[in-house]
Amino acid sequence: MSAHGTKGSGMTWVGRAIRRLEDPALLSGQGRFTADLSATHWVRFVRSPVAAGTIARINAPKDAMVITAADLKGVKKITPMLHKFNYRPVGQSVLADGVVRFTGEPIAAVVAASKEEAEDIAEQIELSVDEANPMTDARLALAPDAPQIHAVAPGNVILEGKVKTPEFDSVWKNAHKVIKIDARSRRQNATPMETRGGHASYDASTGRVTLTCTTQMPHLTRTAICDVLGFPESDLRLIAPDVGGGFGQKMSLAGEYVVLVWLARKLKSAVAWTEDRRENLIAGFHSRDQYITLEGAFDANARLLALKADIVANVGAYSCFPTTCGVEPLMAMAEMPGPYDVQQYQCLARGVITNTCTMAPYRGVSRPVITFTLERLMDKAARAFALDPVDIRRRNLIDKFPYKSAMGLEYDEATYKETLEMAVKATDLPAFRKRQKDARAQGRHLGIGFATFSERTGYGSPAFAARGMEITPGWETVIVTVDPSGFVEARIGSSPHGQGLRTTLAQIIADEIGVAPEMIKVVHGDTDRAPYGWGTFASRSLVISGGATLIASRKVRAKLIKIASHLLEAAPDDIVLADGLAKVAGTDRTIAIAKLAREAYTQTHRFKGEIEPGLTETGHYDPPGTFSNACHVAIVEVDVETGHVKVEKFLVAEDAGRIINPMIANGQVHGGIAQGIGNALLEEIIYDENGGILTATLADYLPPTAHEIPEIELHHIETPSVNSITKAKGLGEGGCIGAPAAVVNAINDALSPFGVEIDEIPATPQRIRAALRKAEKAA
Amino acid sequence: MSEKTAITLTINGRDHAIAVEPRRTLADAIREDCGQTGTHIGCEHGICGACTVIVDGEPVRSCLMFAVQADRKKIRTVEGLADGDRLHPMQQAFMDHHGLQCGFCTPGFLMLAVGVLEREPDISDEDLIDVLSSNLCRCTGYQNIIKAVRAAAKEMRRK
Repeated sequence: MSAHGTKGSGMTWVGRAIRRLEDPALLSGQGRFTADLSATHWVRFVRSPVAAGTIARINAPKDAMVITAADLKGVKKITPMLHKFNYRPVGQSVLADGVVRFTGEPIAAVVAASKEEAEDIAEQIELSVDEANPMTDARLALAPDAPQIHAVAPGNVILEGKVKTPEFDSVWKNAHKVIKIDARSRRQNATPMETRGGHASYDASTGRVTLTCTTQMPHLTRTAICDVLGFPESDLRLIAPDVGGGFGQKMSLAGEYVVLVWLARKLKSAVAWTEDRRENLIAGFHSRDQYITLEGAFDANARLLALKADIVANVGAYSCFPTTCGVEPLMAMAEMPGPYDVQQYQCLARGVITNTCTMAPYRGVSRPVITFTLERLMDKAARAFALDPVDIRRRNLIDKFPYKSAMGLEYDEATYKETLEMAVKATDLPAFRKRQKDARAQGRHLGIGFATFSERTGYGSPAFAARGMEITPGWETVIVTVDPSGFVEARIGSSPHGQGLRTTLAQIIADEIGVAPEMIKVVHGDTDRAPYGWGTFASRSLVISGGATLIASRKVRAKLIKIASHLLEAAPDDIVLADGLAKVAGTDRTIAIAKLAREAYTQTHRFKGEIEPGLTETGHYDPPGTFSNACHVAIVEVDVETGHVKVEKFLVAEDAGRIINPMIANGQVHGGIAQGIGNALLEEIIYDENGGILTATLADYLPPTAHEIPEIELHHIETPSVNSITKAKGLGEGGCIGAPAAVVNAINDALSPFGVEIDEIPATPQRIRAALRKAEKAA
Repeated sequence: MSEKTAITLTINGRDHAIAVEPRRTLADAIREDCGQTGTHIGCEHGICGACTVIVDGEPVRSCLMFAVQADRKKIRTVEGLADGDRLHPMQQAFMDHHGLQCGFCTPGFLMLAVGVLEREPDISDEDLIDVLSSNLCRCTGYQNIIKAVRAAAKEMRRK
């Protein structure tokens, strides 16, 4: 594998595992992260020590600079909006204005000359809160007598999605068998290795502020901050430098950034905040806290006829900007039927306000939870019909395309059945069943679990508009320039933070305009340099930004060919761009592409007005969306004495359309699976009965280590998408969508001799032992 | 705030004469007093290992060591791994095997792996996974890090 030395080979750059252009700087300590910047003022946020209450008093030490809501006159609340689903517009003051609604909510900002000093002052602040009775559980918050957390959200329901297909009742009535699951997904934190942080610097000569922060959405963050503070966007430059992982957590607007910009303008200086790990774990957004009751109606041949779902998503104390807290319940409702051919569907999906940290998107959003629920249901159904888990999936997976789901989503061509068969074959299921039997005879409990799923990716503005979002993201813009020295710059609105987009987009451009990826720089994460765009989230950047890149590159290519045809006096159709040269096919006449670029700026008189000056082209792309798919297989061993689960092996057969860079694609799947295994076995934010958080360090909240992640075997099918001009589908989230279901199905398979069922994630040793103890008692 | 102590940190062969409070961690001193920001801070609890540096030949979590404890000691950070433009075999292996994505935990993993392999070049695969389990990565799922470190171990033994 080399990024060099393929001149004249006729090979394309797309499809090759070239090394990442991002890596040399990151490997040498030359990455530039937000916390690397120095500042004149440092901020420490004073956060609510309790989950619910009214602020009675804040006494700051004399001469300390402490900002509270009372100082922020004229600063609007962060109030994201949905125009559907009876959504209640809950607003959040960037510093709590009288009432606190979750442990960790920012109440005051201490400003000092150093971090240490700010921390010292924060510790001296006397804060008195009249505590109220907190509700951290969504089902309790739904109780008729539950206290109301926001006046605008009666019954603590912030939104309610409902759907029922016309023939649901008649089909349900005539079902042969109904299978039910009460699934529970506990609360998680996305836990990027870099916590959040911001650095706002005022420039006295222009009056502008530059906010450098750990965001996945630089442009929209600028829009939001300027809306809340009420000043022109041209006066705020927003930079997302190297960002140390986001996984969705860094999409949502941090109120802390608003405070930093406000302070920079007030103090006319540079003001910085670096979140510590405790702050991140208690207040850096949470996710996946859901109850789902799902019932499936089957015919006598185990064909799924109808699904009935009741989804309760605990959305925390406020609504995240920009997606709103509708993102979890609504995505769960829209995509619950998953990869199965089932046309009758009834669903009630509610977002419930509680005294917990606000929910925000985390990689996969609701899909790890709905896939877990649906795939557990399929395994239960398999057992009820005395079928193998593979068999029941074979009978129900979608195999005709395009397929219109019960919710009206159009699935483009995919390989649900093919990836299942591929996984079954690669696993050698009969051999495993024999090994499992032999192990059981020795008192060891092995299990295998399957999960099949669809992953909606790369969707543009219509898909977001269907949710009724006031802010409707979706499209992307890319501007490709060949400068007079022949080097290429692609300025993009997406904002990668580990996904390798600088490399994959360079591969796409390289193929179009015939220069090597090393000559191409992808510029992102700076509102002064990059066109307005939506950032990197929702498995969208390679599809949408990649599509816009292809469109812009094709325009550049057309212009290069036109210039070459002038200079080489040949027909445009005869010009070939490759290896840094424009060639006249079938001759030895060539001209360097760098030379064409130079002439585009400096010799325009030679083009007799037929070619516009310069070499910059813009591409916009707003696709309908495409579905990736995969089958995940986990093999586990459960120690029934301790409840400990070891994942022995993980196998994936997946289809994400055309793969631009297999090395990077595989890396995305690996990382997702590791998060999914964490989701299945380890990671849980735990509130105590008073609404305090018991998991405020990484010794309590447990992302997996190298020990817990097994060898991962990957198999690909490439079904080019008709809904993506690069033919690529997104795959950033799939790993974590399938893994929890596969792992927990495997645990249940291992424990099948004991008659226990685990329908809760994470399946911790305590939960597994509790289930086994209960079964022992019953027996 | 308390009085500052004058100390010298020798980072990648260069002396940095600085004055720090006793409570200043080595991680903060390296980053803020010596301007070497390649060492990252991920948790400040000694759990994630992003801040791992090599002190007198041993991998150390620099958030758990006070700067004054490292006075006059030889400290190696990620900035000192490469030989001019030539990457250290560990850096090269991480690039070749896609052992990094966002790059935030990477300096810690590089220093951990280099420190351990210099001490124990023939470390077993099992022990190596034990060692690598002491740091957290949220992007890669570890398999490519393990591959990279094994490949670098081979290369380092060859030299």
